[in-house]
Amino acid sequence: MTATLTSTKAEQPVGRRRWAAPVAKYAVYAGIVVLIAVNAVMSSSFLSLDNLRVQLYQAVPVLIVALGMALVIGTEGIDLSVGGVIALTSAVLPLYLGYGVWVSIALAILAGGVCGAISGSLVAFARVQPIVATLSLMIGLRGLAVIMNGATAKPLNDPTLLNLGLTGWLGLPQMAYIGAGLVAIIAFVVRRTTLGRNLVAVGDNASASFLAGLPVRRILLSVYVMSGMLAAVAGVLIAGHGAYADPANYGLNYELLAITAVVVGGTPLSGGQIRVIGTVAGTIFMQLVSATLIQNNVKNSYEQMIEAVIICIAVFIARESANR
Amino acid sequence: MSSQMTAPAEDMAGGGVTETPRERVFALLQRQGGPVVLVLVVLLACIFSSGFASSGNFSTILVGNAYVSLLALAETFVIISGGIDLSVGSMFALGGVLAAWGMNHGGSGVAVLLPIVVGLVIGVIQGSLIAYARLAPFIVTLAGLLFARGLLQAISNEGSTTYLVPGHSVFAFLGDGTWRPILTAVAFFAIAAVVLVRTRFGQALFAIGGSENAALLMGVRVRRTKVLVYMLSGTLAAVAGMLNASRLQSGVTNIGVGYELTAIAAVVIGGTILTGGSGSMYGTAAGVLLLAVIQNLIGVHLSQYGSSASDLVNGAFLAVVVVLQSFLARRRAL
Repeated sequence: MTATLTSTKAEQPVGRRRWAAPVAKYAVYAGIVVLIAVNAVMSSSFLSLDNLRVQLYQAVPVLIVALGMALVIGTEGIDLSVGGVIALTSAVLPLYLGYGVWVSIALAILAGGVCGAISGSLVAFARVQPIVATLSLMIGLRGLAVIMNGATAKPLNDPTLLNLGLTGWLGLPQMAYIGAGLVAIIAFVVRRTTLGRNLVAVGDNASASFLAGLPVRRILLSVYVMSGMLAAVAGVLIAGHGAYADPANYGLNYELLAITAVVVGGTPLSGGQIRVIGTVAGTIFMQLVSATLIQNNVKNSYEQMIEAVIICIAVFIARESANR
Repeated sequence: MSSQMTAPAEDMAGGGVTETPRERVFALLQRQGGPVVLVLVVLLACIFSSGFASSGNFSTILVGNAYVSLLALAETFVIISGGIDLSVGSMFALGGVLAAWGMNHGGSGVAVLLPIVVGLVIGVIQGSLIAYARLAPFIVTLAGLLFARGLLQAISNEGSTTYLVPGHSVFAFLGDGTWRPILTAVAFFAIAAVVLVRTRFGQALFAIGGSENAALLMGVRVRRTKVLVYMLSGTLAAVAGMLNASRLQSGVTNIGVGYELTAIAAVVIGGTILTGGSGSMYGTAAGVLLLAVIQNLIGVHLSQYGSSASDLVNGAFLAVVVVLQSFLARRRAL
């Protein structure tokens, strides 16, 4: 697999597409500006604080999941289990709400960490391919969550949970600040810590990193644990904002949304590179695309088709830049 | 035959190390694990589960999974070539809706041809993006999943229109009865097995999955083969959906969600390795049957939990199988 990827890079004609790299690097930002401009012209309420809040409710959980996904993709892995983890958190939350809200939130995030540890162990120690390891959790976790919670959604009446999506400061909801804080933390981890350097090295070349003495297995394990915990945080925010625990429906397609956001943001699927701010931009871009289509009353079916085409185009452009 | 063919590819992946007898046993277990477990599970179920061992139950299992098993067949081709196709579940649903739409707007001929043509076109587009634009198969087919689902919702007016197939049409005859679905599936698997081991196309898939560069140097037309394999899998999935619509006598819009995962699970349980280059149709058939039997047992014994219990068991089962696979293979040095 590594050989194929490396060779694909090598086969690219050097210099033929010299213009492509800078275009690809800033295409997301240009796309964001264009979409904001188009929407601002077409709808006067688009730039209002109310609309911004609505967009944040949808984008922040995706962003948090995407941050974890970026770390995993940086190690040349993939985490398909995030949707299952989100489902599991909303099954855990109502179960322990009687012991206090913070206990149940902590346990939900812990559960996410355990799921990450399971897929991480499968990848790092059992040497299972990331896509299969996390696929089995993706299938299994939602089933487990539905069994734990029962088939119907349960109401969550705790004020602390509800406030995550309702109140905040300066007109923005609490979850926006949580998202921003996590972006800062992950950016710091990636750029300024040894773990950050190491996980990029592992993604670039796992065998070389192992020979160089890096604790490759521990690094891989920690990446999946972080991804699981971040997905659990997103799950808590989604359940809090939704005011219901709905394991059957929460988190569906989140792996797709998160992977797209990461790749559109310029992190190559072949690992060895992590773009945190790019991931933020990728999330904003995908959210704007969906908001634009919804505001223009495009039917859900056409929205899906258009998004599919946009994903392909965006990945094509991002791929050009990854080839350098 | 298939074991002889796949052995060299595995040697290459292992860096050309000669196999010891012990490794040979492991490799055999890895390939034959699915069929062995299938036989064990069926035997245990016959002994301990009352009502399992009846001809009525067996035909329920076989008919219920006949057309869905074609998704696993298609996925086997793709995975052997080192790729993955996540769009088969959506294509299955799309094929069914297109067939039922065609039946209502043209007749049996349109109902059969329309899914084939659309499946082929979408498959070619996916394959071209993967082979020529060199996008990751994973992403392209995820987009294909979205696209096919969007298209079928557009055809069915956001899922609000269900197209029914008249019971006495030529098209409805295709999926009628008990034996026709089973024989169709068996025939498809037999043809697929021959294509895989006896044709140049099948050989090219093994070569590409084993090592794309080596395949290129050997003179395999890598890109064309890749386009062909995604075309084949798109068409097969749509045809499976079409046959299923004929059996159900309607185009069901919310069918097929998550089927790609079941298909991949069946392929992996059948001993096909996800990195490509090795695998067999016979293993996939065993994988499909094993999942179907487990599903049936869960339906009988854990019916109060419904499909979530089978999701849980499927996921756990897949995890166990892949861990066993990787321990038996012991190839990748990390």
